[in-house]
Amino acid sequence: MNKDDSKANKKVEKRTIDIVHQGLAKRYRAEGRFKFYGLAAIVMSLLCLAILFISIVGNGYKAFRQTYVELEVFFDPAILDHENLSAANYSGLVKSTLRKMFPEVKGRSEKRELYKLVSPGAAFQLRKMVLKDPEIIGRSISVWVPADDDVDMLIKGYFSTDAAENARRLSDKQLAWIEQLREQGKVKKKFNTTFFTAGDSREPELAGIWGAAVGSFFALLVTLLLSFPIGVAAAVYLEEFAPKNRWTDLIEVNINNLAAVPSIVFGLLGLAVFLNFFGFPRSAPLVGGMVLSLMTLPIIIIASRAALQSVPPSIREGALGVGASKMQMVVHHVLPLALPGMLTGTIIGMARALGETAPLLMIGMVAFIVDIPRGFTDPATVLPVQIYLWADSPERAFVERTSAAIMVLLAFLMLMNAAAIVLRKKFEKRW
Amino acid sequence: MVRKTVLLVAALVFVFVASTGVVNAQSARDYINIVGSSTVYPFATVVAEQFGKTTRFKTPKIESTGSGGGFKLFCAGVGVEYPDITNASRRIKESEFEKCRQNGVNEIVEVKIGYDGIVLANSKKAKPMKISRKDIFLALAKNVPDPKGGERLVGNPYRTWKDVNRSLPNIKIEVLGPPPTSGTRDAFVELVMEEAAKSYPWIKTMDKKAFKEVAHTIREDGAYIEAGENDNLIVQKLDANPKAFGIFGFSFLDQNGDRIQGSFVDGVQPTFEAIASGEYPVSRPLFFYVKKAHIGVIPGMEGYLNEFTSEKTWGPEGYLADKGLIPMPDAERMKYRADVSKLRVLTALNNQ
Repeated sequence: MNKDDSKANKKVEKRTIDIVHQGLAKRYRAEGRFKFYGLAAIVMSLLCLAILFISIVGNGYKAFRQTYVELEVFFDPAILDHENLSAANYSGLVKSTLRKMFPEVKGRSEKRELYKLVSPGAAFQLRKMVLKDPEIIGRSISVWVPADDDVDMLIKGYFSTDAAENARRLSDKQLAWIEQLREQGKVKKKFNTTFFTAGDSREPELAGIWGAAVGSFFALLVTLLLSFPIGVAAAVYLEEFAPKNRWTDLIEVNINNLAAVPSIVFGLLGLAVFLNFFGFPRSAPLVGGMVLSLMTLPIIIIASRAALQSVPPSIREGALGVGASKMQMVVHHVLPLALPGMLTGTIIGMARALGETAPLLMIGMVAFIVDIPRGFTDPATVLPVQIYLWADSPERAFVERTSAAIMVLLAFLMLMNAAAIVLRKKFEKRW
Repeated sequence: MVRKTVLLVAALVFVFVASTGVVNAQSARDYINIVGSSTVYPFATVVAEQFGKTTRFKTPKIESTGSGGGFKLFCAGVGVEYPDITNASRRIKESEFEKCRQNGVNEIVEVKIGYDGIVLANSKKAKPMKISRKDIFLALAKNVPDPKGGERLVGNPYRTWKDVNRSLPNIKIEVLGPPPTSGTRDAFVELVMEEAAKSYPWIKTMDKKAFKEVAHTIREDGAYIEAGENDNLIVQKLDANPKAFGIFGFSFLDQNGDRIQGSFVDGVQPTFEAIASGEYPVSRPLFFYVKKAHIGVIPGMEGYLNEFTSEKTWGPEGYLADKGLIPMPDAERMKYRADVSKLRVLTALNNQ
């Protein structure tokens, strides 16, 4: 009996450790698998991100260089009338220059083909030169003017030249002229400054993102000026002063709900309230900023409240203990400590607003706007809308410009998110 | 607190100043405000840009709202807060004209600017297809006349083009096209599906609602793929999949002639000349409508109209033709130019 007992006991003891040993390998395997799943998830998402970046950069990097053609322009006093320089026939000047470079070109249709080698922007460029310095009239100057978008696409290798002539954008003659210019070293790819300094255009070689960037800047400035003070004030009141009752609960639930409302709804609200009721102008960054601030407000309020909650109660008690009033406690002690968190939330909210198009559709910011906006009520568009409009354009050269604009937008977003991280790392206090 | 108060006050002052600025901007708008069709958008924008760069006026602002959305905004009233011009890929409807009148927009000048072809295209890697409008209808409608005969409709049984018509290739029907919200889809349905449906006398004699049901309903079993409003995307997909066909505006075929080709419809290939002469059957007129009351109020209106209707713009060798707009015949251009210079207003819709 005794023997049996001890035996049984031993058996049981041994069994426990056995079970542990037996299960151990399995448990380690499970842990290994679990780790692998996690790692696989990260690798997957990184891979998707890499594919996205590679395809965008691959499509777009060529847009930062643009093909230019060198013209030997004689600023003919016969064409450029001293009386009215701003309205002179500058495209005629470009045409006569091209005819001089290819004297063998005869006939109307052939000439038309020749004129298509350079961008319509060449005339505007010469106009600018003359207006800046009328002294150049009567002299010959070599000028690099942008090539037409079809020529640009050919030089960048997007067009195959073996298609039948009528299926190509460029005729055999045009190809021969381009080849001739190339041999003379009069075709060159240069850094595309136009892309960063111009507004929108229907000629890809003249289109730029500066107009959209300025529009984004104005809209986001309005958003920041409205949503940051209102958001912080709301968060401070709700967190530090408001009594806890049914009403504040209701408000809290509603703020959380607002953060999840699809952005197009805010656009409809903006249309109904700001445009139809208050009569603000369509397409203005002022209204765009107001709509975007409606969208970012809940995000900022939630982030600010979280930042205030993370300030330990001992700070508050200490301040009250040495005789500070409640407002002094909040303004002198709690707010400065919570501010880094609030700023982080604000920057993330602003980054979201920067990438938003849906609410702007309703208030008329999806529009063709060439002039750079100079104020809050000038018609303007924003970066993501510009991307959308270019993606929809038939010209082939807009494909690479779309990708290039996406790169610029992503660069801004990363800059803002990096700023948020830096701010947090620098001012964050751990308790 | 001080900082916060300063910020709050700054925001309030800013909003106040901005809204007074708004009132000023409203009372004197110094740029032309254009809304309307996304099909006319690529042409109107070129004219606007040219106008802005060669005159002392600001470049007009053009919103792409679709034809219907454009009329809604345009007909809302007279005054600087309403658009001056709306672009349309179809004529103004009776109901829209009525709406305009109700809101005091009595004087509208109609300008036809040219034509746009709608093409069925595929990749150059495959052979071009020769197809009739009836074949397209049979291939894409949800319900088609029973192939076994008899005057009744059955769910579309055709899987390949060859099933539809023996002379067509033996490949699966796969067509990428615009969604119902698009103007291109409206025009396609009207010019191809309705025309083909009318070729069956017993469908033609159906009552209006039933006829629309037959002609306007596109199959939903995967043979017709709604590819969104982005025609560039359709072109790229066709390039990648030589068996697929796409439906889009002629300007995209014009820009991508080295990659895709237009199918022959009723024996005619969609070329610039064939659409201009009216031989190619699937083409539609494009318009814009001008609010006469705004001429002389908004600076530059006459200039814009003049730029749009000059030969160097909409003529056969004008810059709009380079962008893929099919110009009107000479006589028609003259007529509309004269209408514009006299500012002849639209009195009733059935005057043409």
